[in-house]
Amino acid sequence: MTTSIRRAARRLLLIAGLPAVLVTAWWLATANSTNFYWPPLRTILETFGPTWLEGKLTTDVVPSLARLGVGYVAALALGSGLGVAIGSSKTLRATVEPVLEFFRAIPPPVLVPILILFAGIGDGMKVLVIVSGAIWPILLNTVEGVRSIDEVLRDTAACYRFRTRTRLTTLILRGASPQIMAGARQALSIAIILMVISEMFAASNGLGFTIIQFQRSFALPQMWSGIILLGLIGVALSLLFRLVENRVLAWYFGQRNTQHSGA
Amino acid sequence: MSIVSTLTRRTPEPDTAMSTDSTGQQTPMLDVRGLRKVYTSANRSVEAVRDLTFSIDPGELVCLVGPSGCGKTTLLRCISGLLETTSDEVVLEGKRVSGPPEGMAVVFQEYGRSLFPWLTVWQNVELPLKEKGLCRAERKRLTTESLAAVGLADFHSAHPWQLSGGMQQRVAIARAVAYEPNVLLMDEPFAAVDAQTRGELEDLVRALWERLGVTVLFVTHDIDEAVYLGQRVVVLSSSPTVVLEDVTIDLPAERDQLTTRSLPRFTELRAHVYARVQEAKAGAQSVATP
Amino acid sequence: MTTTTPAPAAADTRIRRGRGIPTSALGAAGFAGVILLLELLPRAGVVDARFLPPFSDMAAALTEQLASPAFWDALAATLRGWATGLAIAMTAGVAAGIVIGSVPALRAATASTIEFLRPIPSVALIPLAVLLFGTDMRSTLLLVVYASFWQVLVQVLYGVTDVDPIARDTARSYRFSLWRQVRTVLWPTALPYVMTGFRLAAAVALILEVTGELIIGSPGLGNAIAVAKSSGAVDTMYALVIVTGVIGVGVNLAARFTERRVLRWHPSIRREVAS
Repeated sequence: MTTSIRRAARRLLLIAGLPAVLVTAWWLATANSTNFYWPPLRTILETFGPTWLEGKLTTDVVPSLARLGVGYVAALALGSGLGVAIGSSKTLRATVEPVLEFFRAIPPPVLVPILILFAGIGDGMKVLVIVSGAIWPILLNTVEGVRSIDEVLRDTAACYRFRTRTRLTTLILRGASPQIMAGARQALSIAIILMVISEMFAASNGLGFTIIQFQRSFALPQMWSGIILLGLIGVALSLLFRLVENRVLAWYFGQRNTQHSGA
Repeated sequence: MSIVSTLTRRTPEPDTAMSTDSTGQQTPMLDVRGLRKVYTSANRSVEAVRDLTFSIDPGELVCLVGPSGCGKTTLLRCISGLLETTSDEVVLEGKRVSGPPEGMAVVFQEYGRSLFPWLTVWQNVELPLKEKGLCRAERKRLTTESLAAVGLADFHSAHPWQLSGGMQQRVAIARAVAYEPNVLLMDEPFAAVDAQTRGELEDLVRALWERLGVTVLFVTHDIDEAVYLGQRVVVLSSSPTVVLEDVTIDLPAERDQLTTRSLPRFTELRAHVYARVQEAKAGAQSVATP
Repeated sequence: MTTTTPAPAAADTRIRRGRGIPTSALGAAGFAGVILLLELLPRAGVVDARFLPPFSDMAAALTEQLASPAFWDALAATLRGWATGLAIAMTAGVAAGIVIGSVPALRAATASTIEFLRPIPSVALIPLAVLLFGTDMRSTLLLVVYASFWQVLVQVLYGVTDVDPIARDTARSYRFSLWRQVRTVLWPTALPYVMTGFRLAAAVALILEVTGELIIGSPGLGNAIAVAKSSGAVDTMYALVIVTGVIGVGVNLAARFTERRVLRWHPSIRREVAS
């Protein structure tokens, strides 16, 4: 009983200890700061609520996240769909894979100026930017995942005469899901970057736009609070992703663990 | 090299005869006539199977045995319609096979790779029944019964990778049995499990076969296993494969690991098949150069 | 090859390998197809040529660029920024990874902090960088280092954990010096992971380098693209985007080549740890 309490306390200390020390250090170091660039942490936190939770929540935070969500989901659907199609044909794969590798190698932010030409500076452009940057890791990983589905598993599906739909959902998409998720993880961080960049480049609202506005108007505590908010969003989305991944790939992690301990 | 085929055709033996084939004249369940398979790549072609002819009557349990690398797996993939043959006639229940036929189930050697790791044991067995279009109640009955029959009634919600190798292969067998196939193909199903489990699984196959009256084609490289399990053993040559001999196993139908394997007749048959396989290996060179 | 339907006539194409056309020819055909499309779509009026000039115009703009010293300056600035950032991130990441990874207490204490800091998008630092360094190259460098540091650190941490406990105990029981332990036991095990980190970081560093140039305006190709865009030189903009793609491919190939060279002796080419 006491040992379990002690163990829990130890875990809590390990998880929260260093962050607490760092935040305290920041707090103390800037407590009486008169340096314009490094306002006291206290001031930053005090401005956080009024800046983001009132007003700007609906005008800037929500639109940003909505564009991110739409773009990311579209990239996921398009990337895995095209990936399945390309991965299913050897000839098609050999033909388009080098081209796709080239598109993947283009640093996604340079697509922003191009897409502004086509789609202006509205929501459509920003969603398009996110899709066009986030799709490549998903697409290429799906192709790889479909290619590496076990031959025996394919034979099994053929022997039991699986219908095309079952084949697609139960064999191909599930079989490629570990690679698809790996691609989706890379795509998520790219999508967040592009969400911010597209708004910094040209926008009238959104997180990236607002933070740059704060910087240009030298509203330093507000700018700092924006940086913290972006950080929190990044962390929250990464946690959410891990939650989904643990559900979707429970079988995969389980299998990998038994193989590791069995070997 | 002269090719001996169907040297010992099966003779009606009171011990081994199933009720279905006592009538003598009837269409075989599976008829393989002149199966040939040549692999062609960009600049060369390899003849894997030259000429294979044999047939299996309804309800028979036949073992195919041959030296390693004699194209057993190629053969099985051709019969199951997974691989296109170069020239052949594989006839299942009077219908020519092209593409995986209805009414055939396959148990693969690689149990770890033939079960869907993202599905539970139950789902793995049930899925083919769904694809067959069976109603929910029927699926439930067949899945429950077949999992019970292989001794996995308590493992419905486990995932395949949580089970031992032998148990995984039992799931694959349950899946095949629940499918209610007319012909059950087994491709060296026990090559990768340990010796003790192997004995148990062999008896399981015998028991299921006797109970369900399903026609079984069992491919193996293990001579003991072939003689112990089969009513007939078809001995294959080295690649390019032909049938060397069709041996009738006139052992009592009631078989068990201890008594059957110590019968003098078992030893004789085993020695006979062993000699033929050795010949096949020795003749490999002369066969390989056409 | 998975499109075989259960229809009786469905031929199995799985074993018909190599239909005579080599893979490289197909890949080249793919590129040719894209180039043709880029040429024909604007010429046929399907896409507005002001937004997507024909490929021949892009090629002409590219040739023009290749003759201008400003282009080479920008290219050099981009590569210099990328290499500097990557080198700093590699050094810091490997050093921190080895220290944190080999002291269990330190590892346990820092895990939550690393997990928190890693997903913070590096572009969030742009306003801070601008305030601190203006449009100087150091602004972009900050982003590059921040983004690629985590890639290296996380891989090195995986690598250090992978050290065979028996090998470590053996080294301890023979009273190897600390430096010797690191060199003979830890480093060889961690090296494949370090190289994976290097490969991932190289790609990420390029993305952030160009991003920084584009948004902040520090010198380099990204900035050149922004300039071309604002001056309406659309074909030049496309030409420069193509150049960044070529650099991206080059970086990937070079990183993979380095990885293979360094690990030539290694018994196992490690599977990549999903990060």
